[in-house]
Amino acid sequence: MGILITVLIFLGLGVLMGALLALSAKLFFVPTNEKVNEIRACLPGANCGGCGFSSCDAAAEAVEKGDAPVSVCNVGGADVARQIAAIMGEEVGEVTRMRAQVMCSGTKEAALKKYVYEGAEDCAQAAAIGGGNKLCPDGCIGLGTCAAHCPFGAIYIREGVAVVDHEKCMGCGVCVAHCPKGIIKLIPFDSAHWIGCMSHDKGKEVRSYCDVGCIACKMCERVCDTGAITVGDNVASIDYGKCVDCGKCVEKCPRGIIWSAKRQGNGEFVISRKK
Amino acid sequence: MGNIFLIMFAAILTENFIFSRFLGICPFLGVSNKPSTALGMGMAVTFVMTVSSAVTWAVYRFILQPLKIEYLKTIAFILVIATLVQFIEMFLRKYVPALYGALGIYLPLITTNCAVLGSALLNIQKGYSFGESVAFGFASALGFTMAILIFAGVRERLAFATPPKCFKGFPILLISASLAAMAFAGFSGMKLG
Repeated sequence: MGILITVLIFLGLGVLMGALLALSAKLFFVPTNEKVNEIRACLPGANCGGCGFSSCDAAAEAVEKGDAPVSVCNVGGADVARQIAAIMGEEVGEVTRMRAQVMCSGTKEAALKKYVYEGAEDCAQAAAIGGGNKLCPDGCIGLGTCAAHCPFGAIYIREGVAVVDHEKCMGCGVCVAHCPKGIIKLIPFDSAHWIGCMSHDKGKEVRSYCDVGCIACKMCERVCDTGAITVGDNVASIDYGKCVDCGKCVEKCPRGIIWSAKRQGNGEFVISRKK
Repeated sequence: MGNIFLIMFAAILTENFIFSRFLGICPFLGVSNKPSTALGMGMAVTFVMTVSSAVTWAVYRFILQPLKIEYLKTIAFILVIATLVQFIEMFLRKYVPALYGALGIYLPLITTNCAVLGSALLNIQKGYSFGESVAFGFASALGFTMAILIFAGVRERLAFATPPKCFKGFPILLISASLAAMAFAGFSGMKLG
């Protein structure tokens, strides 16, 4: 008899708790915004954090509140922006898909070092010691902090320099934020050319420590028909709004640091520079 | 008053939930990656443990004891704590959205946290009064928060350490946890009261 009463008491307790929860669910009901859910459904859901929000959920909420533009997601690109714009009832402007590009060509052989680094495999740690072990103040340290943080596994280290895999890069920009040297830039996904150096040192100095550094000779600036390349602060840079990917600068560069990435007829992706 | 102070002091240092009672180890190892997440978890535990100490004490005193079914306290407490956490979550979401946002994903994780159940059971075992129970629950959770924060700091350093390959990752984590526990064992020599 005793056990029966005990069972009944616990049954009662369980029902009571269940009823309490059911009641409070009604009482404390918070209407979730239908729009947020719809926007969230459009986002890729990788939670990469490239947009600056902690998760895709947070980004969706910010978009709904108007704190973020409909083009918040770099990864989703134009498609997602269009979908979100449809939900928000907004017109979407032109959205260009971006990709990351490491602006350094200084491989182990090409760039001289100032000391032997034997610390943790982390660029930020190495950068704290005299700005990294390369003599170049804007050279890739090559310990792979960007690769470690890439949510899509799109960066790897080749011959001491970080390289972005164009097929995998989603342009989220996480690596840009984590590079202690600030030499990773987001450029339009379809642009075929970039300048593999960001050293602001004078040409003579650059020559002394790197075989593939920009010496600011302005050859590219002169050969460029559209005025897309300009040399300022001792380094060349491309204005992607003007660049037409003609490739003349690639041929002209005496240091061979203007890279081109062209898709061949058979779909193969060839990345090259003049040696 | 002095009694309550002693209980709290003991709960935080000499009988720290993680380092000497080994309760709540899963969140301790699971969410101590970053100090910020560790703090979030600690806050959620503090909140729930304080409230659950009060509620479970009342359930024991006013339901289980009169009916003479004290032996079922573990089951009853699990039921009560699980309900309580769910209830708190709903309540916070409606009335204190800021706190809900801060505790966020950590609240549901605590539903079956052994530290919360442990503090409820220890209250009964030690025969604490209502006030003492709440103080013990609150202080234990503070000790938990302190431990998890300390360890989050240790882990940030561990990320840069270069131990032998076989110790990389979890092994070195457990070794450092044991060292921290040994440091806390030093407090156990203290005689209080």
